[in-house]
Amino acid sequence: MNPTPLPQHTPARAPSKPTPWWQHETVVRVAVQALFLAVVLLIVGYFYRNMMRSLSQLGLGINFRFMMLEAGFGISEGIAYELTDSYARAFWVGIVNTLKVVSIGILIASGIGLLMGLARLSSNWLVRSVAQLYVEIFRNVPLLLQLFFWYTAVILKLPPVRQAINLYDRFFLSQRGLYGPRLLAGEGFAVWRWFLIAGIIGAALIYVVRRRQLRRLDRPGFPSLWALGGFVAITAVGLLVADSTFVVELPVLERFNFAGGLALTPEFTSLLIGLAVYTGAFIAEVVRGGIQAVEKGQREAATALGLRPAQVTYLVIIPQALRSIIPPLTNQYLNLAKNSSLAVAIGYPELFNIGTTTMNQTGQTIPVFLIIVASYLTLSLLTSLFMNWWNKKIRLVDR
Amino acid sequence: MERRDPLRWMRENLFNSWYNSLLTLLMAWIIFTIVRSALPWMIGTARWDVITANMQILLVGVYPRTEVWRIWLACISLLVLAVVSIIYFSRPRSGKRWTPWLLGAWFLSFPWIMFLLWGGLSTEWLPRVETSSWGGLTLTLVLAMVGIACSFPIAVLLALGRRSSLSVISVVCTVLIEVVRGTPLVAVLFMAHLMVPIFLPDFRIDKVVRAMIGLTIFTGAYMAENVRGGLQSVPKGQYEAARALGMNGTLTMLLVILPQALRAVIPSMVGQFISLFKDTSLVAIIGLLDLLGIAKGITANPAWLGLHAEVYLFVAVVYWIFCFALSRASRRVERMLGLADSPS
Repeated sequence: MNPTPLPQHTPARAPSKPTPWWQHETVVRVAVQALFLAVVLLIVGYFYRNMMRSLSQLGLGINFRFMMLEAGFGISEGIAYELTDSYARAFWVGIVNTLKVVSIGILIASGIGLLMGLARLSSNWLVRSVAQLYVEIFRNVPLLLQLFFWYTAVILKLPPVRQAINLYDRFFLSQRGLYGPRLLAGEGFAVWRWFLIAGIIGAALIYVVRRRQLRRLDRPGFPSLWALGGFVAITAVGLLVADSTFVVELPVLERFNFAGGLALTPEFTSLLIGLAVYTGAFIAEVVRGGIQAVEKGQREAATALGLRPAQVTYLVIIPQALRSIIPPLTNQYLNLAKNSSLAVAIGYPELFNIGTTTMNQTGQTIPVFLIIVASYLTLSLLTSLFMNWWNKKIRLVDR
Repeated sequence: MERRDPLRWMRENLFNSWYNSLLTLLMAWIIFTIVRSALPWMIGTARWDVITANMQILLVGVYPRTEVWRIWLACISLLVLAVVSIIYFSRPRSGKRWTPWLLGAWFLSFPWIMFLLWGGLSTEWLPRVETSSWGGLTLTLVLAMVGIACSFPIAVLLALGRRSSLSVISVVCTVLIEVVRGTPLVAVLFMAHLMVPIFLPDFRIDKVVRAMIGLTIFTGAYMAENVRGGLQSVPKGQYEAARALGMNGTLTMLLVILPQALRAVIPSMVGQFISLFKDTSLVAIIGLLDLLGIAKGITANPAWLGLHAEVYLFVAVVYWIFCFALSRASRRVERMLGLADSPS
């Protein structure tokens, strides 16, 4: 190798030779940024000119007026919507459907992930292996393929409505999806509502009092569990006092399909299963990693301080594990939200699906894309804001 | 040894407490029920002939039959390169002077494979095979390779731009990265599919190439964040040492910072490649015939009606083998890099 080159410009800093103005740092920085901006604007301008030319050839302009026009296409499920409603209303239905599948999906995926993550650390060899098998299988197969599988090879292969699989006369599983009982407010609900409000207020009071008490005694404990207990007690009394607060509505088989009750369409069911099982495998790894990241000495130290095993887990291990779990968990939630757009392949009418239909009908590619991207960005932003808030709240425990 | 005693092993690992015994029995019962219903289907009812009959189209799509040897040659050259690298890197670190050559060979393998598949030398020898007739597993692999290879330089530039002290550059790069990362891949692919012809009307860009553009943009934004992490992992002393040696900013970046940062990024890049490999399946939605697209086509074929489970299970196994092997390999690479790091 050559000898290390020595700095050769040492004398250039001599005061006798002032640096020329175009070499001043500020000037150079401004010039470089201006140049960069000019290049970016040039590229954007080139694309813009091309776009305008292509659009004028197609006889289209860019505007959002089409949103007020009559959509005229059917949407298979979701909040109230008519064929004569506007595109804007159709988009709103899509957004609500997206939120529905994402929020339920996040709940189920978290449950699966937590369970499987803990199972992977079990001392039972069989449990550990089954959990590992689950994670390795579902993490390494594309989600879209899993969705196709659940939809066409599982749900649509179920027996027809007439021979629906009957689970305890409550749930019915068929090609038309999953039907189950639904809780409806009964006559006594008006009375019970006051107990519900009292329960919430009571729980809040118990939480505050118990927390202050624990802090004064300087002892560990779970004020939230106390609050939950209070809430359950008050509302349970309410259930005893008021008659027929809830009515259970069971699905009834009619000529072509079930009516009434809780209905999950095949598309929604497959999408939900697919998203939850796929994301659950990733969350399981996040949970396992988080728990393993807590040092062994923490458990030993807590035990030496005289904490019971359950207290060690809930007061020492989990708060520390949560801190390393939340950032990657946020990423998984965001992935789930974005992956819900794969519904377009199995026909669940969520935001992206509605968007592509609108694009095909109106030809307004660019405005529709702007709406789609803006919606997903907002969803991502809200999720990460919430998770960051939670993360910060948990970090405070650290002192 | 007592370790070999199966009874003792079972007592320690399956029945070490009452609830573990209960769990073991429950698990065993669940596994038994699943196997009992799945096994007769697997070896009896399932019509696996749908796979054997469609094997070629699943692997290479509608690539001309007379030219399939080119795909084989590409596979063999990759395999040879992989085997040589594994042997070379698993040897004790006595002489590492072939490393640059091997890395160079990996970089050159990409244009070489593209040349083999695309062809176009003459009509007799290596005739041009248009991208529109690429398909099956071949297309899946090509998309993943193109995606990772083309997005790498973009990722490095974006990461450097985001970390730049010049606010205009940093803001532009940050916005670009975050917008792409906040958008679902299907949307990016659709955008590439529909908008590239609008933005570039003077060029006739093929469907496959448009998908490649979409995948590249998407992966570039994600990888930029990996590269940024790598850049952040380089200690500040390295910059100061380089400055003390009289290097200017560009030289410091090229010779000191980037080599260290990129080495730290390799494991997460393999992870990125695995997820890209799975994500290429989304091109089936915009009508490309990759492995999943072909599988979907087969299930829609009247001759093979109702065989969704067989076809999708087979395709799942193919994807699984690749992803699992890659993730194992990445763990190996990680360990090797960890070893290489320790003396310095």
